[in-house]
Amino acid sequence: MKIHEYQAKELFRVFQVPILQGYVAKTPEEAQAAFDQLGGSLAVIKAQVHAGGRGKGAFIEVPAQRGVQLVRSGKEAAEAAKNMIGNRLVTIQTGPAGSPVHQVFLEQGCQIARELYAAVVLDRAAMKPLLMVSSEGGVDIEKVAEETPEKILREHFDPAHGLMPFQVRKLCKKLNISGPAAKNADIFFRKLCDFFVKLDCSMAEINPLVITKDEKMIALDGKITFDDNALYRHADIKELRDVAEEEPAELRASNSGLSFVKLDGNIGCLVNGAGLAMATMDIIKYHGGAPANFLDVGGGANTQQVTEAFRIILSDANVEAILVNIFGGIARCTTIAQAIIDASKEVGFKVPLVVRLEGTEVEEGKKMLRESGLAIISADDLTDAAKKVVASVGK
Amino acid sequence: MSILVNKNTRVICQGITGKSGAFHTKGCKEYGTKMVGGVTPGKSGETVEGLPVFDTVEEAVLQTGANATMIFVPPPFTADAILEAVDAGIEVICAITEGVPVLDMVHVYAAVKRSKSVLIGPNCPGVITPGECKIGIMPGYIHQPGKVGIMSRSGTLTYEAVWQTSNLKLGQSSCIGLGGDPIVGTSYIEMFERFEKDPQTEVILMIGEIGGDAEEKAAEYVKAHVTKPVAAFIAGRTAPPGKRMGHAGAIITGGKGTAAEKVKALEAAGIVVAPSPADMGAAVAEALNRKK
Repeated sequence: MKIHEYQAKELFRVFQVPILQGYVAKTPEEAQAAFDQLGGSLAVIKAQVHAGGRGKGAFIEVPAQRGVQLVRSGKEAAEAAKNMIGNRLVTIQTGPAGSPVHQVFLEQGCQIARELYAAVVLDRAAMKPLLMVSSEGGVDIEKVAEETPEKILREHFDPAHGLMPFQVRKLCKKLNISGPAAKNADIFFRKLCDFFVKLDCSMAEINPLVITKDEKMIALDGKITFDDNALYRHADIKELRDVAEEEPAELRASNSGLSFVKLDGNIGCLVNGAGLAMATMDIIKYHGGAPANFLDVGGGANTQQVTEAFRIILSDANVEAILVNIFGGIARCTTIAQAIIDASKEVGFKVPLVVRLEGTEVEEGKKMLRESGLAIISADDLTDAAKKVVASVGK
Repeated sequence: MSILVNKNTRVICQGITGKSGAFHTKGCKEYGTKMVGGVTPGKSGETVEGLPVFDTVEEAVLQTGANATMIFVPPPFTADAILEAVDAGIEVICAITEGVPVLDMVHVYAAVKRSKSVLIGPNCPGVITPGECKIGIMPGYIHQPGKVGIMSRSGTLTYEAVWQTSNLKLGQSSCIGLGGDPIVGTSYIEMFERFEKDPQTEVILMIGEIGGDAEEKAAEYVKAHVTKPVAAFIAGRTAPPGKRMGHAGAIITGGKGTAAEKVKALEAAGIVVAPSPADMGAAVAEALNRKK
């Protein structure tokens, strides 16, 4: 689960990760009031969307407006907020439809001496959390990783005792940070790692992380992703979820306990198990087709869930055929067969339906489908299924 | 011979009084697994499928001589259940549970590596030695005793591979579902080590997926240490970057961990890579014929 920058900053405040003063605003009037409350001669107004690349992003409705802007008066703040709120921001990460902006964040300005990059992630290879710091702040970190990997410093840490002071000393030495800034770096990095562990993050990215002219270290941005599996122990964080940021079909699927990712092909897929679902997409492509989605109904799927899965697939206007591929383990072929029959009664299949069943209760499942009188194209194995479904959209 | 489990393995189920635990205890017992009991705190004295239930794993081990466990407890309690099994000296721990917080697994992984226990999972179908011992949720009847050692990060895709190798009359020595989470107890490399030493295993099939670099590391290991023929398949060739495909593990970012990179590394190590998931059995047969 992801959250907005302003929500991340609220949490940073609680965990003493240094930030600047800032206020969230939902209307131009609130933005103006926020500017006055900050009390400075300069502030930064930032559109709140989960996607990155806001500074270079533009609004569909107001193309001249960027997602991040410097403002020098309450009036300017209100004007920028008016351009942002209620409109859609397009960045390199949002896709052409953009993301709707429902609030803006106003933050104090500061005198920047250096821009750095910092992120805490889980390193799967080392099986430990990893703090990455780079001297190249404010830019695309993937580019840094590819072109100048030596500029990314790495420190693994044990979540039980967090990042150690010596590790920060190592980082400061390599980054040429000394004096009061080094002391502030110790606070910053160790608090950030503490935040990552205590809140079960899967990523906490600060870009840019700045050192100010008065040698403070401050998070100017905050992109946080939480481990969905750990949300049960963070009820307060669960409430920060913004469903407006999610793809509607994916949201609907997740509400039914289905794992769904929308793609841009025309063959809908309904599969049990993530690996088999990925492999099913692969084999469709291998035989010249294009999958419309990834959909894993999971092991314990019931008839209602599978029927909902069909509804979600059929709600995509691009879908011209559906491939059902089930290898029953925990999931039984009879459950899937019943769901196909129910779904056809309820939603009706106007597109060809290719079904491949194998595994637990396969014979009973196949028999149910045969006796249902539905126009189902049955397939014997994976290749047969893929060829048949690809042929059915080619017609 | 086989790896990890065989007809003498004595198995308990942690979470045996739950719906899944009871259902799969029955399934394993019917397959012929030597199920000897179960554990649910506070339920000692009860029986499930005719098996005694204990409050603690320690007690279950003392009373039944269990040396393997399958874990079905809910995600918030899985780390505790695994560590309890480690503490009781259980040799093979299969954690079937899906949805364990990843930071829990950081602690658990470190503890397991300091012990003599082997952890398979979490978020996995389990382990089976066909005809001898099934620990987990896989449909038993698709398996056949034979010569292919199979390991995978995905459940249903493993069934697909098993089915194909059974249809080709190759059969399986043991099948290991390593689990789809970012941190799991056992790596491909540790299983290659065991399959290499197992006389029954004549060929090894590794089923990988996009994300991470476990498959690349396994390829290096195979090149240096494995004399038996190896086949592989990588799921997710068509997955878009940055999206999570069900398994938390299957995320690719910034061109790292792509299927193309993995296939290249595998082929460079002399591994036969199946171009489509329908060809996993055929790739195994080809690897056998090539006999490096």
